[in-house]
Amino acid sequence: MTRLRYVYAVCRPFRTPLQAQLTGVAGAPAALLHHHGLVAVVSTVPEADFCEEALKAHLEDLDWLAATARAHQGVVDALTTVTTPLPLRLATVFRDDSALRSMIEAREDDFRRLLDRLDGRVEWGVKVYLEPEPEPAEAEPVAAARPASGRDYLRSRRERSHAQEERWQRAERFAHSLHGRLAERAEDVRLHRPQNSAISGTPGQNVLNAAYLVPRAHSEEFVELVDRTKDEAPGIRVELTGPWAAYSFSGEASGAQDGAEAGAESGVHTGAESGEGPGVGR
Amino acid sequence: MTVVERREIALVDLLDRLLAGGVVITGDITLRIADVDLVRIDLNALISSVNEQVPSPFEEP
Repeated sequence: MTRLRYVYAVCRPFRTPLQAQLTGVAGAPAALLHHHGLVAVVSTVPEADFCEEALKAHLEDLDWLAATARAHQGVVDALTTVTTPLPLRLATVFRDDSALRSMIEAREDDFRRLLDRLDGRVEWGVKVYLEPEPEPAEAEPVAAARPASGRDYLRSRRERSHAQEERWQRAERFAHSLHGRLAERAEDVRLHRPQNSAISGTPGQNVLNAAYLVPRAHSEEFVELVDRTKDEAPGIRVELTGPWAAYSFSGEASGAQDGAEAGAESGVHTGAESGEGPGVGR
Repeated sequence: MTVVERREIALVDLLDRLLAGGVVITGDITLRIADVDLVRIDLNALISSVNEQVPSPFEEP
């Protein structure tokens, strides 16, 4: 069976050995490939599952996607204990070591620049949710919940939607202010699309889904800051995830070339006059 | 400080990072995964899997 090379991350050489039983996707052990002063962390995967056609089909299979994503994350997470890895996107596959070496040669300047920028930093994820609306109708007798007429019905519907709008605006203002405070403590910021609660299975509406690049040395302070805000606003929930390898800061849009854009972006969020919240969508 | 529990990572949080983040490699490789609209694919997969287990929220209780 033909084997391909699945690559998890690129790192600078590190001294601490990887865990002996560290397995990657498809259960094969992770290995290191040194080239041009960089290290690619790889494992072999069967071509039958990772050739382009097979991969396209597999990616629509939730169980396969979940298992592959968790295995990928497992290797990257193990790397974060010994170095600062530059994580690659899911399912980055090469035909053989020689193709992998050519890629490293072609991209080595990018890799070094990103590795320098991320060295000693981690990513923290912060999500803000508007909690599901309490249902006053449930507390009332069933008869009272039934509108007496069409006009009553329309009025109560208007009132409900007005209250909902106010709650939404309050959540947006909170997310905006929290994001401003967190961005001040972070070196960089990425806004992910708010998550759909049907997909995440999380109660409430996600109004902010952000990632912050924070030096490891300042992480405790950052986490404390998030913790302190948790009880600030009733009806709003804040969730922290991490520390992650800097996935959100390794993509195409990352790097020195968009530093100005990122700066301008965080500037907008600290401006209280701006009506739009950060990454806020419905 | 309150210690933040490290529960099992939610798949959506992972996919936000693994499908939208990470270094994208293009060029002399077997796969051009960047060409695939992964976000759409994963959302379709997730939505269809959710729909199998969860009744539609639009149905009357």
